[in-house]
Amino acid sequence: MSDYNFAYLDEQTKRMIRRAILKGIAIPGYQVPFASREMPMPYGWGTGGVQVTAACLTPEDTLKVIDQGADDTTNAVSIRKFFEKTAEIAVTEKTGTATVIQTRHRIPEEPLAEGQILVYQVPIPEPLRFLEPRETETRKMHALEEYGLMHVKLYEDIARHGHIATSYAYPVKVEGRYVMDPSPIPKFDNPKMDMAAIQLFGAGREQRIYAVPPYTKVVSLDFEDHPFDPSKADHPCDLCGAEHTYLDEVIIDDDGGRMFVCSDTDYCAGRQAKGHRGCLSPTEEAAQ
Amino acid sequence: MNAHITPLAPVPLLSVKDIHKTYGGRIGCTEVSFDLYPGEVMGIVGESGSGKSTLLNCLAGHIPTDSGRVLFDTRDRGLIDTLTMSEPERRMLARTDWAFVHQHARDGLRMSVSAGGNVGERLMAVGARHYGDIRAQAVDWLGRVEIDEDRMDDRPTAFSGGMQQRLQIARNLVTGPRLVFMDEPTGGLDVSVQARLLDLLRGLVREMGLSAIIVTHDLAVVRLLADRLMVMKSGHVVETGLTDQVLDDPQHAYTQLLVSSVLQV
Repeated sequence: MSDYNFAYLDEQTKRMIRRAILKGIAIPGYQVPFASREMPMPYGWGTGGVQVTAACLTPEDTLKVIDQGADDTTNAVSIRKFFEKTAEIAVTEKTGTATVIQTRHRIPEEPLAEGQILVYQVPIPEPLRFLEPRETETRKMHALEEYGLMHVKLYEDIARHGHIATSYAYPVKVEGRYVMDPSPIPKFDNPKMDMAAIQLFGAGREQRIYAVPPYTKVVSLDFEDHPFDPSKADHPCDLCGAEHTYLDEVIIDDDGGRMFVCSDTDYCAGRQAKGHRGCLSPTEEAAQ
Repeated sequence: MNAHITPLAPVPLLSVKDIHKTYGGRIGCTEVSFDLYPGEVMGIVGESGSGKSTLLNCLAGHIPTDSGRVLFDTRDRGLIDTLTMSEPERRMLARTDWAFVHQHARDGLRMSVSAGGNVGERLMAVGARHYGDIRAQAVDWLGRVEIDEDRMDDRPTAFSGGMQQRLQIARNLVTGPRLVFMDEPTGGLDVSVQARLLDLLRGLVREMGLSAIIVTHDLAVVRLLADRLMVMKSGHVVETGLTDQVLDDPQHAYTQLLVSSVLQV
């Protein structure tokens, strides 16, 4: 038996967070303030996501934690261990078998199903923040649906770069009402937000929770003559050969050498296990 | 100078009745009433602390008044009290039919957004979603306020004071407002830049048939721009009339002082 209360937080705190989550689901895209707690990790490492995950977990849940799509990076490993220790729940790296997935900056490639919960770690929940620093004013703008400013940001992008250069944290409109920051996921993932799973967003430092219920319409903002483009690196994965996944660029020597690999490690490993090969796959190199 | 005053329309664009505003026990402005008709430019002059900026901010809905009414002739519903209308309605009015030109361009501009973006903001705020169209309108308006097209992607921080002020004017007028509030539009600019700005403003006001309320302490500004004049002192209106009449034949002692204080070069 662990010395911690189940999933670290005390029951009253989890109750308070659940109320915020329920409110967020009732008003898709609306940022619900909540009394964020100090967590045993620094701000920016997913304190918001961890609190939301803690409030959602039941002893029967299976947890998966990813950081930029990978299961094996510091942030993912330490959060997974945290819940193994404090909640003694089952953990997995398989997207399909997880019931709760905490993510930093990616949506898994494998489509999520009903019954799954995707928890995002959010650094800055306010999409209007960089143009309007006053919280009182941005709240009013959300309340009155004054979202012209969001397009000013996209306008600036086109004026400066010739195209919408925002490539992550790309603003979306949820169910025709609230403009929302989808956390810093690549815009490649934006179309996937129209999904069967529940999506919860937790911002610990900023003390906000928001949510997108299943099958909710999520539209990326754009201009009529500059439509939204969910772009990715124009390259297949060098390990599994996938041409439809989001890729990380990896520098492999000091001679300009580089490779592109799926950022979703579980998905890439699954494809390799099924026999898919990319042009830098180790088996092929060994055969030569 | 103002010989071409058009016959006044029967319905005033803005009808102000008994505006009263105090700061604690001190009077900000009191017993102010006037009508402003379409196409008319009204000047409000007075010394610092006379309540003219307070009055302007009350009229524009920036600060709450203690009592009084500000009736505006809206496009769809006729004369409506803007002080009691709902906040969404008032904010909508503020970005469509109204415009507010601040004394300091920094207060009215987004300094981190390019000139084109500044002009386009009001268009996007009322629903424009075509980049090419927004940009074309921004180019057109920057041209009208004499800002070169090749400066449109520069930020206002790279502009001179006069250019910033002209940019602020373009940004405000792009949605074709019917009423413009101006708070010392030429304050802080040097004389030659002032003259150019006044020339520009006069052209725009006449060309677009704008109604405007201009607050200033500079009598030359109202002489050039305003059809009518209101002189304020200690929160009270002490004299009103046609601009030339008030300036050339001041009746109230304070107006006489004001007019005679101007240095003749």
